[in-house]
Amino acid sequence: MTHVLEADGLTRSFGGRRAVHGVTLELDAGECLALFGPNGAGKTTLLRLLAGLLKPTAGTARINGQLLRGDATARAQVGFISHQSMLYGALTVRENVELAARLYGVREPTAAAAQALSEMRVLDRAESAVRALSRGLQQRVSIARAMVHRPRVLLLDEPYAGLDPLGAATLTEMLARLRGDGATLVLVTHNIAEGLDVATQAAVMHRGRVVRRERREELDVGSYADAYRELVGGVT
Amino acid sequence: MKPSLLLSAWFIARKDLAIEFRTRTAFLAVLVFAVLGIATFYFAWDATAVAAIDLAPGVLWVIFTFSGLLSLQRSFGVELADRAMDALLLAPIDREAIFLGKALANLLFVAGILVVTVPSVALLYNLPLGRTLPILFAIALIAAIGLVAVGTLFSAMAANTRLAELLLPMLSLPFFVPIVYGAAQTTSMLLAGRPVAEAWPFMKILIAFDLVFLTACTLTFPYILEE
Repeated sequence: MTHVLEADGLTRSFGGRRAVHGVTLELDAGECLALFGPNGAGKTTLLRLLAGLLKPTAGTARINGQLLRGDATARAQVGFISHQSMLYGALTVRENVELAARLYGVREPTAAAAQALSEMRVLDRAESAVRALSRGLQQRVSIARAMVHRPRVLLLDEPYAGLDPLGAATLTEMLARLRGDGATLVLVTHNIAEGLDVATQAAVMHRGRVVRRERREELDVGSYADAYRELVGGVT
Repeated sequence: MKPSLLLSAWFIARKDLAIEFRTRTAFLAVLVFAVLGIATFYFAWDATAVAAIDLAPGVLWVIFTFSGLLSLQRSFGVELADRAMDALLLAPIDREAIFLGKALANLLFVAGILVVTVPSVALLYNLPLGRTLPILFAIALIAAIGLVAVGTLFSAMAANTRLAELLLPMLSLPFFVPIVYGAAQTTSMLLAGRPVAEAWPFMKILIAFDLVFLTACTLTFPYILEE
């Protein structure tokens, strides 16, 4: 059976150090994997491998059965939100999101950009230069940029970083709606409560490996934070 | 639907030009450098020892080469801030489109510098440009294509290193030599009032280098993006 997102033995080394080691996972439409782990566990590297931004040392990442690297059709289905904004500070909010829409071949880029900005509640700042915005507003624009082409797979690396409560609530609402619409999500976060809020699966990464993975309904939310701390040696 | 190679390249070039138009810092810096360089050469020139017509082509191409290098330094810097490059790599466009877009923006940037440097050299050295001016601009543009192709590739390679400012000229200059040589020879002949036909073999060399460099750099670019 073909899964929407599939990683098979994904491994990535930098020099002699293995940042990600033999990660295998599969996610179907409407699923959300919350990925927890201490700093340096390999979460961001795994996400960059899944996005096709890094070449794996071994293993493969596929979207709907297609190898991600080198396949433009597969890449078009992916949205990636990082803790870095991936925006051009000198351009306006609208120009940044419209550029993304055009590069993804969105049919009506101007309207699509306006829609994405409206969903992230930053349409009123559309003509502001990105560099003039606060970190939180830049993060909202970054999310709008990643969403403008309506990706079927969304990879989120600490998306809540810098967001105010309204921004965080808007994002949670949007993620839940996307999941309801059949999108597949991978959410990297340090905040266990936030992660479990939208997740259908939870996993813990430690020293490059997925050391624990279970379905959301199988885990005890109350004791998960304690179990996590125990697993990673008290480091969060 | 995925945009075509040329359309994607145009989107990227337009974005780079918009950023430059907003900030204007790089263009102004390069322009000031070029004008100061031309002026320095002028004041160091002994008109009794070397005729203007012999010196001017060298001045023009030395200044143009180094101004071009300076402008190419900034090309990928804009992509590194906030990892904007990742957004380009994630988009379903050919990686060659990123190169072509960047190269096109760099070419237009360099052409803007030419518009100032060629008349400045002509004015200071009292060159008999007249009807040769359009041909001189055409040669400069042909040479700029090769320089920009090589420079854009090496700018991408050097951008992620700590020694970017040193690496770019070190890598680029050996490849610039045949282009600068051909361009300087052509310029000399034209300024000396020789017929265009006489300069044609050098122009053919320039065009051949353009084709080779543009093709080779476009095809190589995707591989240097591998992390």
